[in-house]
Amino acid sequence: MSEATTQSETNMNTVKIPVLEREQLILNKRSYHWITERICGVVEGRQPFLWWILFIPSALVALVGVVGGLTYLVSTGVGVWGNTNRVMWGWPIVNFVFWIGIGHAGTLISAILFLTRQNWRTSINRAAEAMTIFAVMCAGIFPAFHVGRVWMAWFLAPIPNSNAVWQNFKSPLLWDVFAVSTYFTVSLIFWFLGMVPDLATIRDRCKPGIRKFLYGIFSLGWRGGNRQWSHYEMAYLLLAALSTPLVLSVHSVVSFDFATSVVPGWHTTIFPPYFVAGAIFGGFAMVLTIMIPARALYGLHDMITMKHIDNMAKIILLTGTIVGYAYLMELFIAFYSGAKYEIAAFTFRGMGPYGWAYTAMMSCNVLSPQIFWFKRMRENLWVVMAVAMCVNIGMWFERFVIIVTTLARMWLPGDWKTYSPSSVDILTFVGTIGMFLALFLLFLRFLPCINIAEVKWTLKESDAHDEDKKAHPDDGVELIAAYQYELHENPEGAAREAGTEMKPSAAVTK
Amino acid sequence: MSTKVRRVYGYLAEFENASQLYKAAEKVRDAGFKKWDCYSPYPIHGLDDAMGLKRSILPYFVFVGGVVGFLTAIALAYTTQVGLYPTVVQGKPANIFTTAAFFPVMFELTILFSGFTVFFGLLGLIGLPRWNHPIFASKQFLRVTDDKFFIAIEARDAKFSAESTKTLLDDIGGDNIELVEDDSE
Repeated sequence: MSEATTQSETNMNTVKIPVLEREQLILNKRSYHWITERICGVVEGRQPFLWWILFIPSALVALVGVVGGLTYLVSTGVGVWGNTNRVMWGWPIVNFVFWIGIGHAGTLISAILFLTRQNWRTSINRAAEAMTIFAVMCAGIFPAFHVGRVWMAWFLAPIPNSNAVWQNFKSPLLWDVFAVSTYFTVSLIFWFLGMVPDLATIRDRCKPGIRKFLYGIFSLGWRGGNRQWSHYEMAYLLLAALSTPLVLSVHSVVSFDFATSVVPGWHTTIFPPYFVAGAIFGGFAMVLTIMIPARALYGLHDMITMKHIDNMAKIILLTGTIVGYAYLMELFIAFYSGAKYEIAAFTFRGMGPYGWAYTAMMSCNVLSPQIFWFKRMRENLWVVMAVAMCVNIGMWFERFVIIVTTLARMWLPGDWKTYSPSSVDILTFVGTIGMFLALFLLFLRFLPCINIAEVKWTLKESDAHDEDKKAHPDDGVELIAAYQYELHENPEGAAREAGTEMKPSAAVTK
Repeated sequence: MSTKVRRVYGYLAEFENASQLYKAAEKVRDAGFKKWDCYSPYPIHGLDDAMGLKRSILPYFVFVGGVVGFLTAIALAYTTQVGLYPTVVQGKPANIFTTAAFFPVMFELTILFSGFTVFFGLLGLIGLPRWNHPIFASKQFLRVTDDKFFIAIEARDAKFSAESTKTLLDDIGGDNIELVEDDSE
């Protein structure tokens, strides 16, 4: 009997009180004012030395690579990119698809996570959207210049011209023009509109002068009245609803460039979902690559918490696995179709002279994220950074594998060639990396890098009924007290609720 | 000696937090005011009801914008591809049966026009951009984009009166009640 009593007591001790509150998105119970100070402080204060260490080389690389490289290209001819045969054409397209894919995570965070009410997005959406804008700018460089005579790039747009020639609307390349330009425009509107209240915050903190004038211009005279917020919230919801199908369509359309052609290795229906998953995968890796250093640089740990990083790591794991599934399914279908050209194309990919690129793609994209199954790995920032870098590299190689290995063995043996990029090719690509980083650093310097208004909105006290809830017996401390009362009066019921089974003997004794 | 005319904009009162603002808004609404607003650093959910505001009409504009975009795409595709410059490429004829190939452009232009309508429609509805607003004459109002909550009742409201409105704001828990005067002229 005494033994049984002890058991029941032990059980009472092991019955855990269930988690009463969600994990806080903003740590350490920060106030509204603290949030304003910390985010505006990034813009208002002097930049840390490291900012200059990163900015100067990035800007120089952008200057030499993009400005210099493209000036050289325009003044000499597109031949400096080696676009003399169809295989060499691959480089600009690889880079185009790579950059445009990066942007997708930004829109996913700002639109899809908004519609699904994932409040953790508020701490990272601004920077991710900025990343989208800059990535699409980098992407746009490649198709615009690889047309050969860039001053004729306006031929891409359906504008009447003296030749009375119109674009081919049946071509996926024209769909691309529409998809990418719409994507850029709508993303820019979304980003800017989301920033208006925060620009007003900076405006109201500035001393009169040129800074106040400029922030004033861009904040449009925002007052924060509920008659404005009411329409503003609706506009934000509508933009999220528009961007959600848009982001899924953009990479689908990009994949149509390949999927609608009658080329072994490209002509597959899996391409649109596979490209979209890959884009989100690569984009989240880039968000982590730039946000983890930015978080450390400006001390944003209370707003971009380990929970955010954990969630992003999980998304990388999920999308990486989807991408892995797509890779394997491609191989399976090539085998299962029995089509000899399809089989030949995939054998060449995996075991031909580009086998190393295929291996790099597989190991970086499919294997490296699997480490995120372990919580401890998701909590280690060095591991997260390393995987994010692997994914960045892997996603570039994915596009390289898809585009170059296929072009290298097209139908006509006369087209066959082993690919090597020219020095100007490499220069321009490295230049766009510099441009991306420089633009992002300028963004951190001049614009609020976290959505101030939305972060405030996620705080507990921002709820209009917060005081009523506090007064209610079921809230916070009172709830724990009520539960403990239940625990002592009715341990069985409490245990069931907590999900802990009690031993039958203990229940009987009671 | 110059005479400076200063117009009264209205009363501004500060409230402690979102809950207080919400309760006060209900009372101002029930007092029958029309030209007034609640100001907060972030959107407060449920405040529309407390203020008696209707749901935003922006979606209707956007629907029209989207339809216009869709029709523009149809017109663009058919005039250029079937009318002005028909080509038979990719095994696709230049007639009504080509429609499937035009879907992506139709979709993108629908989204693009809707996006523009959201932006310009919103600016129209909230009356921005504008250079200045009388309420910015208040010094304490600068904190509204930081951590303060306000209610402003405008002088042009039919029920406004210099004394009773002030008393009302005081009764419903407003602090730092201020008569805001337009200092722009």
